Amino acid sequence: MKYLNRTTALAAGAVLACSAALIASPAGAQEKQMTVAMITHAQPGDTFWDIIRKGAEAAAKKDNIRLIYLADPTATKEAQLISNVVEQHVDGIALTLAFPDAEASAVKAAQKAGIPIVGFNAGVDQWKEQGLLGYAGQDESVAGKAVGERLNQEGAKNVVCLDQQQGAVQLEARCNGIKDTFKGKMEVLYVTGYDMPTVKARVQAKLQQDPSIDYVVTLGAPFAPVVLDAITATGSKAKVGTFDMSPVAIDLIAKGKIQFAVDQQPYVEGYEAVDMLWLYVTNGDTVGGGGPVLTGPFFVTKDNAEAVAKYAKNGTR
Amino acid sequence: MTTSTGSAGLAQPRRQYQAQAFWKRALKRPEAGALGGAILVFIFFWVMAPPFRQFAAFTTVLYQSATIGIPAVAVALLMIGGEFDLSAGVAVTTSSLAASMFATQVAGSLWAGVVFAFFFSLGIGALNGLLLIRTKLHSFLVTLGTFLMLQGLNIAITKLITGNVATQDISGMSGFNTLQRIFASNFMIGHAQISIAIVYWLIFVAIATWVLLRTKIGNWIFAVGGQGESARAVGVPVNRVKVGLFMLVGFGCWFLAMHLLFAYNTVQSGAGIGNELLYIAAAVVGGCLLTGGYGSAVGSALGAFIFGMTTEGVIYADWDPDWFQFFVGAMLLLATVVNTWIRLRATKGK
Repeated sequence: MKYLNRTTALAAGAVLACSAALIASPAGAQEKQMTVAMITHAQPGDTFWDIIRKGAEAAAKKDNIRLIYLADPTATKEAQLISNVVEQHVDGIALTLAFPDAEASAVKAAQKAGIPIVGFNAGVDQWKEQGLLGYAGQDESVAGKAVGERLNQEGAKNVVCLDQQQGAVQLEARCNGIKDTFKGKMEVLYVTGYDMPTVKARVQAKLQQDPSIDYVVTLGAPFAPVVLDAITATGSKAKVGTFDMSPVAIDLIAKGKIQFAVDQQPYVEGYEAVDMLWLYVTNGDTVGGGGPVLTGPFFVTKDNAEAVAKYAKNGTR
Repeated sequence: MTTSTGSAGLAQPRRQYQAQAFWKRALKRPEAGALGGAILVFIFFWVMAPPFRQFAAFTTVLYQSATIGIPAVAVALLMIGGEFDLSAGVAVTTSSLAASMFATQVAGSLWAGVVFAFFFSLGIGALNGLLLIRTKLHSFLVTLGTFLMLQGLNIAITKLITGNVATQDISGMSGFNTLQRIFASNFMIGHAQISIAIVYWLIFVAIATWVLLRTKIGNWIFAVGGQGESARAVGVPVNRVKVGLFMLVGFGCWFLAMHLLFAYNTVQSGAGIGNELLYIAAAVVGGCLLTGGYGSAVGSALGAFIFGMTTEGVIYADWDPDWFQFFVGAMLLLATVVNTWIRLRATKGK
């Protein structure tokens, strides 16, 4: 027994020493390396979130930060992730306030532990009241309103807003933003994630149910080509616009099949969120002057599609 | 022994059955209840939703049903054989990813990608089956494990190979047009677009029905699911049947995967999660017992059709979208209750 105990203790000690050495080596070279946790409500395997992550990784690399990336699309689990990284004593947290109420207590606990927190992407109306240091992202309702005005300009009368994640505040804010400024009739159609045949069939059903629909706005770029398919299948005359971007969507914009994409520049969101934490921890700086750092909306249309396309192909826009 | 006289020694008792009216015999089929449920749901939306009455709406419903029904036929056979497969939903995505990435990154040919994915999907099925036999765990646990593993692999490997979480657009590659014609073409009847997936679905259901009711393998499947140990005792190769059934599910996943790949050109690596429950639900609504040994292929098709009608019907009826999932759930429950009621009445009233 004793022998066993001693060997396990030895082994544990060795492991500890090794890991300490591993952590210490880059720190020894320069200043102490910061550890930042990024927590999002991303659905696994989503193109958009991958771009955010790439932006965050770029900033982490520049600022010599060790980045922990964690994501869960459900409210309770995202909140749980915040508690987890607080226990890991990270030096900063960048998070999406997609479920502000569910996350509130975990955010408070992190603040009590003295960890600086910035928000990005979701929670533009809540980040201040929860005492976050800054916020990088698009004001979704501003973006929605911009789309509503654009639809007015194009003379749309009857619009469908295609929402892929029922109950997520930033997606609801987009649809509500459109409703605020758009003068015609707008309805929301919910689909479930990335099950494309379901998306196609449901959009087809909606177009058959109401043939006067003349515009479909998708809240995610991967859905726009599928909506185009559904429009062809039903012989509808509806036009398509989308929030966010993908290489395929940009290609379709250049060909004039999709009218516009609203880019919130997710790469910048991820980059800024990590960089803001670095500025705060190393120099006590805050960015935005008390307001959010707006990364969008930026309209990609036929006129500027080509210029944006090459970055989209790299998976960074 | 009674079961074997029922199927093999039909000569004597058959006269009794023939004395019954056709409709009485029909009502005793496993899918009778589902047919009742389907008719009820159809009439319901026909009355509630005027746009549902167009032929084009019917083909939209059929398309949605086919994308559930193709794997569901295989899942139904597996369930009759007494096992579950929770990995089927993500296995579809795995298969499309495998085809797409093998074609774009390794072979440079779409045909090679399709063939690779075929063997890959059968391999996943075989792995599920072999794990089941080796570990003697319940298939629910084994396939829950592979479900989670595949879900992770889909994203991790896609990211590793392409650097993104969605695959490249393959529509520009050579061979795309032919393969699209095979797996994902559409044809028009009047103003309604009909996907070839619907045709394949009906063919698969017909073949599966024939296998179940008219072949030795069909008898084996029922025997393995109903009384595994007795089946082994009378010489049914239980393990081979089970592995074969899992591979059949692999085939169903592969086929749907090829349809999705050539219909939508790119694959999101996070897709497919949750669909396994729809396949199982289609089979169960269609009369398969969760305990195995009972069910039908036609039933799974009716189950998928009920689901397709419900999800699309809610849109045709223009009900409040916030309540969408609630309506779908309520309609499915209603259909299943009617279905069970009919089945009970039919088997009681000799």
